[in-house]
Amino acid sequence: MLADQDRIFTNLYGWESYSLEAAKMRGDWDNTKDVLAKGRDWIIEEMKLSGLRGRGGAGFPTGMKWSFMPKESKDGRPSYLVINADESEPGTCKDREIMRHDPHKLVEGALIASFAMGAHACYIYVRGEFFNEASNLNKAIKEAYAAGLIGKNACGSGWDFDLVLHRGAGAYICGEETALIESLEGNKGQPRNKPPFPAMAGLYSCPTTVNNVETIAVVPTILRRGGSWFAGIGKDEKNTGTKLFCISGHVNNPCNVEEAMGIPMKELIEKHCGGIRGGWDNLLGVIPGGSSTPVLTKDVCDTVLMDFDSLKAVGTGLGTAGLIVMDKSTDIIECIARLAHFYKHESCGQCTPCREGTGWLWRIMTRMVKGDATIEEIDTLLELTKEIEGHTICALGDAAAWPIQGLIKNFRPVMEDRILQYRKRAA
Amino acid sequence: MKKPFDQNAPYQPATFAFKDMAVVAEIISRYPEGRQQSAVMPLLDLAQRQVGEEGAAATPPFGGWIPRAAMDEISNILSMPKVKVYEVATFYSMYNLAPVGKFLVQVCSTSPCWLCGSDKIKQACEKHLGIHTGETTKDGLFTVVEVECLGACVNAPMAQINDDFYEDLTAERTTEILKALASGKQVPIGPQNGRTNSMALGGPTTLKDRVKA
Repeated sequence: MLADQDRIFTNLYGWESYSLEAAKMRGDWDNTKDVLAKGRDWIIEEMKLSGLRGRGGAGFPTGMKWSFMPKESKDGRPSYLVINADESEPGTCKDREIMRHDPHKLVEGALIASFAMGAHACYIYVRGEFFNEASNLNKAIKEAYAAGLIGKNACGSGWDFDLVLHRGAGAYICGEETALIESLEGNKGQPRNKPPFPAMAGLYSCPTTVNNVETIAVVPTILRRGGSWFAGIGKDEKNTGTKLFCISGHVNNPCNVEEAMGIPMKELIEKHCGGIRGGWDNLLGVIPGGSSTPVLTKDVCDTVLMDFDSLKAVGTGLGTAGLIVMDKSTDIIECIARLAHFYKHESCGQCTPCREGTGWLWRIMTRMVKGDATIEEIDTLLELTKEIEGHTICALGDAAAWPIQGLIKNFRPVMEDRILQYRKRAA
Repeated sequence: MKKPFDQNAPYQPATFAFKDMAVVAEIISRYPEGRQQSAVMPLLDLAQRQVGEEGAAATPPFGGWIPRAAMDEISNILSMPKVKVYEVATFYSMYNLAPVGKFLVQVCSTSPCWLCGSDKIKQACEKHLGIHTGETTKDGLFTVVEVECLGACVNAPMAQINDDFYEDLTAERTTEILKALASGKQVPIGPQNGRTNSMALGGPTTLKDRVKA
């Protein structure tokens, strides 16, 4: 278990105030000027050393992502940092805690990351439903401006930095980085084709990096304690550091908790959530990293470690580290059907395979819940997911396909049995 | 459950004006020169809130929504085609394009909440208010809708009423909250089962020495 002194988010549960004064007591804004004085290259090298991988789901190495930004502007275009706080992946509620209880970590991280990428302005895109969270974050931004920590000559570093909060209005797709940029520009949130990648032409056609809230919020602590400290926590050199886990569903005590990357799933659930309702043997399956990641069966959950590569090796992913736990009372088919409805609702409508396909998936899944289908239709359903996956501009199509693929892979007998039972009753 | 945008509906007012143009100017100033279109989302939100403030005092009351005239006014202010504003307003689920109840009750029904009994929360709303999901009560106080994940999964089941999250709900507690709101009482927001935010109900498993009694 991660030692308390290695935890970054010491106000995760909101015991203390989120004010600047309280944040400083927790170590935020401690000599930020000195960190900036070490220069852009040092910051990026230290981030690479830390092994930090993006916390928004894709797990791309953060230091490398930052190094893609132009060193200097040759054509007068400014660079931007955009922070993705459009947290909407079912099962995930970690960025919310950072924004409402520890917003200064995010504000300070935004300054340091922007400085490292040569950006004088940063936009934070907060999902619209997080009204109170955005309000706390906004207060933190105002406090930081008033204290001279951001704004002109931020922290006395000589670097001018503006931070703007932009609220979304209820669209899951805006968590996709190019859709988020479109939305920020005042358009419908429909993803763009890549290339050009945002580092070349992003917000207002300027070089842009989009990072997740948690990724940015851990930056100040990493730089103060050293990249090697962060790299020393976790499973191996590719899965480092601490991570916020959100455990929901059929556990005795659902909660958010910061733990070391690579903690065994069973330990995470037993130690922090009081175990599965009715005991570990009552476990049916776990969706390990937010709704898009395929479900795991109990035998895999017994031993699997919670990190990017361990979960990839068993055919799923760490995603956002939002665990959705299901005990044996769960109708797994209906659970996945609900997710199919989610993706149908959230498809932006731009690409035909996703716009039409997510509707098909949901309609077939609705029949599968009842068993009103043929055995062959399970294969039709699987084929349909393959027709969507990889055939759309953004990954929402893939995300809609994977839960159903996971269901068919791991719970096919349950689906077949449901169909046979239905037929028996109908006969 | 979003009502379609009907610009000729009888409830559409002929004109709309922002109460405070200084706020509008401040919003536009957040974005770079020539990029004022970025302000379309915050301005739509501002319009909806202004209508909501008027609605809270009206008889019968109603909640925030965005009249067509407000969209046209925003298109004037931001020098963008009307259709671009309509496009944005119809794309995002939080913009109400027709009047709603004073309290917009959004019950989350995505898998993490569903696993924890969100169906019972929805039924409790329907039973207590005597309406179906998607409908508004006759007194104009409540509209109940079913929504997708609101991002408070470890506090499931939950519902959002106007700006606030009510978490760790039971059917009984949901009914109590609706009764309290109808009679103008304040209800503490957040978890309804006594826990501290997203900490485990049984007490902290980490950082125990930082817990304040």
